Amino acid sequence: MFGFGILSGLLVLPLLGAAFVLLQKDDDAGNRNARWGAFWTTIITFLLSLVALARFDSAKAGFQLIERMPWLGEAIVYQLGVDGIAMPFVILTTFLMPFCIAASFYSIRTRAREYYALFLALETLMIGVFVSLDLVLFYVFFEAGLIPMFLIIGIWGGARRIYASFKFFLYTLLGSVLMLIAIMAMYWAAGTTDIVKLLAFKFPAGMQNWLWLAFFASFAVKMPMWPVHTWLPDAHVEAPTAGSVILAGILLKMGGYGFLRFSLPMFPEASVYFANFVFTLSVIAIIYTSLVAMMQEDIKKLIAYSSVAHMGFVTMGIFTLNSQGVQGAVFQMVSHGLVSGALFLCVGVVYDRMHTRMISAYGGLVNRMPLYAMVFLLFTMANVGLPGTSGFVGEFLTLLASYKANTWVAFFATTGVILSAAYALWLFARVVYGKTEKHALEAIPDLDGREIAILAPLAVLVIYFGVQPNAILSMSQASVDALLAAMKAVMPVKAAGLSGLSDLGLPIFGVTP
Amino acid sequence: MNVAVSPIPAFGPALPEILLAAVTLVLVLVGAFKGDGYKRLIDWIAIGAMVVAGIMLLDQSPGRISTFNDAFVVDGFARVMKILTLIGAISAILLSSRFLTEVKIARFEYTLLVLLSTIGMMMMCSANEMISLYLGVELMSLSLYVVAAFHRDDAKSSEAGLKYFVLGALSSGMLLYGMSLVYGFTGSVTFPAIAKAVGVKGGAGVMFGLVFILAGLAFKMSVVPFHMWTPDVYEGAPTPVAAFFATAPKMAAVAMTVRVLVDGFLPVIKDWQPIITFIAIASMGLGAFAAIGQANLKRLMAYSSIGNMGYAMVGMAAGSVAGVEGLVIFMTTYLAMTLGVFAVILSMQAGGRRMETIGDLAGLSRSNPGLAFVLAALMFSLIGIPPLAGFFGKFYVFAAAVEAKLFVLAVIGIVASVISAFYYLRIVKVMYFDAPVVTMAPVAMEIKVVMWLSTSFVVLFALVAGPIQKVAAVAAKSLF
Repeated sequence: MFGFGILSGLLVLPLLGAAFVLLQKDDDAGNRNARWGAFWTTIITFLLSLVALARFDSAKAGFQLIERMPWLGEAIVYQLGVDGIAMPFVILTTFLMPFCIAASFYSIRTRAREYYALFLALETLMIGVFVSLDLVLFYVFFEAGLIPMFLIIGIWGGARRIYASFKFFLYTLLGSVLMLIAIMAMYWAAGTTDIVKLLAFKFPAGMQNWLWLAFFASFAVKMPMWPVHTWLPDAHVEAPTAGSVILAGILLKMGGYGFLRFSLPMFPEASVYFANFVFTLSVIAIIYTSLVAMMQEDIKKLIAYSSVAHMGFVTMGIFTLNSQGVQGAVFQMVSHGLVSGALFLCVGVVYDRMHTRMISAYGGLVNRMPLYAMVFLLFTMANVGLPGTSGFVGEFLTLLASYKANTWVAFFATTGVILSAAYALWLFARVVYGKTEKHALEAIPDLDGREIAILAPLAVLVIYFGVQPNAILSMSQASVDALLAAMKAVMPVKAAGLSGLSDLGLPIFGVTP
Repeated sequence: MNVAVSPIPAFGPALPEILLAAVTLVLVLVGAFKGDGYKRLIDWIAIGAMVVAGIMLLDQSPGRISTFNDAFVVDGFARVMKILTLIGAISAILLSSRFLTEVKIARFEYTLLVLLSTIGMMMMCSANEMISLYLGVELMSLSLYVVAAFHRDDAKSSEAGLKYFVLGALSSGMLLYGMSLVYGFTGSVTFPAIAKAVGVKGGAGVMFGLVFILAGLAFKMSVVPFHMWTPDVYEGAPTPVAAFFATAPKMAAVAMTVRVLVDGFLPVIKDWQPIITFIAIASMGLGAFAAIGQANLKRLMAYSSIGNMGYAMVGMAAGSVAGVEGLVIFMTTYLAMTLGVFAVILSMQAGGRRMETIGDLAGLSRSNPGLAFVLAALMFSLIGIPPLAGFFGKFYVFAAAVEAKLFVLAVIGIVASVISAFYYLRIVKVMYFDAPVVTMAPVAMEIKVVMWLSTSFVVLFALVAGPIQKVAAVAAKSLF
């Protein structure tokens, strides 16, 4: 239609929904219309994304469903398209959105219209990040997401919402603007910001390092990697449930996606050069934040720190620069999107009843809420990485790959798996097991129909992807292989070094066997 | 040069200015004979004249035309900047109409002074030599001194006018002194001739002169270290006057600076680039830090405009086609954002009381959702968050700096814009996160029109960015 295709449709649909929501009156009927309008918009968007998936041929490595329109002069274009790396994230985004809306039906009582409109606008921006094939367009979507998230945390958040929203905004903004400078430098060097053309352009090695660092500043904050992760626990704790789900489920994935889309293919030499640096940060993130998570008293904060640890596996996997690692990272991101989203929804369930997130306020929930205990256990196990759940596949693949790249990295990262079992099980034990000693918990009702409807599909998918990981892996296979092959092609001398990285950069972890 | 000097110069290129001058003179008579009761009529005639002048500008044959013995030049760049100036001036009259009546200073002279200063500004955009440039500067400044003190029974307004006059006179003096030095050492007052001369027989004398000229220009643009007057004048002057100060004269001053530096001193770019770089860094830094402590919105906007002029100077420092292109785009977005914010400030009144502090905005999103949305969009745009207009303005000036390899300048600038995000966000926070206090009274149609037009431009900029970039590119190329 008018030269626009299905991906533009994915961008426009939520905006139309947002406009509809904003046009409703501010009374009971209006709020009900806003709720259901938002819900059905996200459902239709999800269905449309499934149509896009059906048209997507995962056997091809290049970009598909391409749309191209002139935008700013000749160099900066409105170009959309997806490949095997972007497609899983598009689906993940459209899939999680209906859950976020449904989870807010009862917890959001004030200013509901604005709330749903902001969420729908956020959906457009998130999809835009994953489908844009122009650097400036990507940056527009990447950065614009700050506005709705800032307002969502600040208006509907908890007690320290203002601190958290400012920290979130300024932290991520500072990271992104450095990337903006790098984008400008690339624009002048290559004469275009068209990602397809940039992927074929070879930047000088000295320039690559600077560009890589600038992009890293942005993606590391977004991931978030240690030591720039401190905004995340604050933002998670204060955000409303659906906000946390979106943060953990999708916004964090933009960093990993950025590494795969830009850092690796565009700055291959720099990526090899800095691989050990990333390994170091990843391993610290995995171990340190797992230990921090263990000592948290707030359930949401604990899950937030566990997210940082899991993202450590992702960055580690990406920079092993081999097929298992990168595939594992993509899988881990999708899986974590489902699992952490589900965990935050689980916290939301008890928070809606008790209005506290303190671990000490709970205990013995299993007696009153057996169904909840079962679901929560499933997601906790998936978070730990129990075989049979989706959490296992990603962690296993990234660890396998890191063993190939550097045994010490694999060694330290694996201790993180043990630590994650420790904090997750201890949390579960304190919240769910034991006697129901708290008086307030004695009348707590189990999951209602709406909550079951929200959590059940996630539970099914977590198990399905655990036993059938190929559903995701086959989608990204061709693109990941092409990416790694292209990297090897531009570095014939160092091609062998791709699997033995210890001779490049700082020998922080000693030698590989 | 062998330009044949005809006894009667061609008036064609200057017709828009001549039209405005003639209308002004007629309106003086109307005002003098009919009195202040005819102010509304005078307003609309003035606006009409400016619209016609704008149409005449668009209608002029494209390309470079000049008259008055090459003292007055109209090219793509001058045309764009003049149109921006006219938009600022028209808005200033629209914003003022109701306000002046309310504070009982609705005198017809206000409109005439705005018209006169606009003619001066258009002259500045077109000046191709130092004499015509100075004529333009003085016509603008003298009119502005008077409008700053227009609320003459108000101590703050009088203070603003006096302060502006004393410092402005000083800066004009410096400008003149610099011009005389440059004339003495290069032997010419026209910019192309100066450009030819500076490369050959420049030396310390010309540099000395250039520094004085830059000081004078910096004052008119209100950039650090010649910014001291800005917060006091913005706060003291009547709000529509502050809106005028923050928009139209800035367009003209920037246009004039570009003309002087690019047409006159491009061969010695290595000498003035560090000066402009310093000005840019100092202005962005001051704009970012000094505004944090402000409670008064007009003062805050004063510091914000100092910071924004710093970003404009980033494009200037590049001294390239991309730099001027970025500058034009930046000034366009700055104009829209500033007009929008001042329209909101003018809308802040409840129970017959005018308000201008940030605290007065508390909970505006509940009491006046439309107004809150407008101001929030403008604030996010001022931070430079895409897809709002402010992002594209900053993108193009910083891109120019990166092209010119001014990486340090670009990084400092972009960090300054993150710091400034704090105080812009605070306004959003007060409106959206705090509990409501007052409900603003409905405002005049004219203010609403300015407010919604500028906000729609800011919000939907991404859709029109392509054509605007094209216009800016053409304008920039006309200078080189």
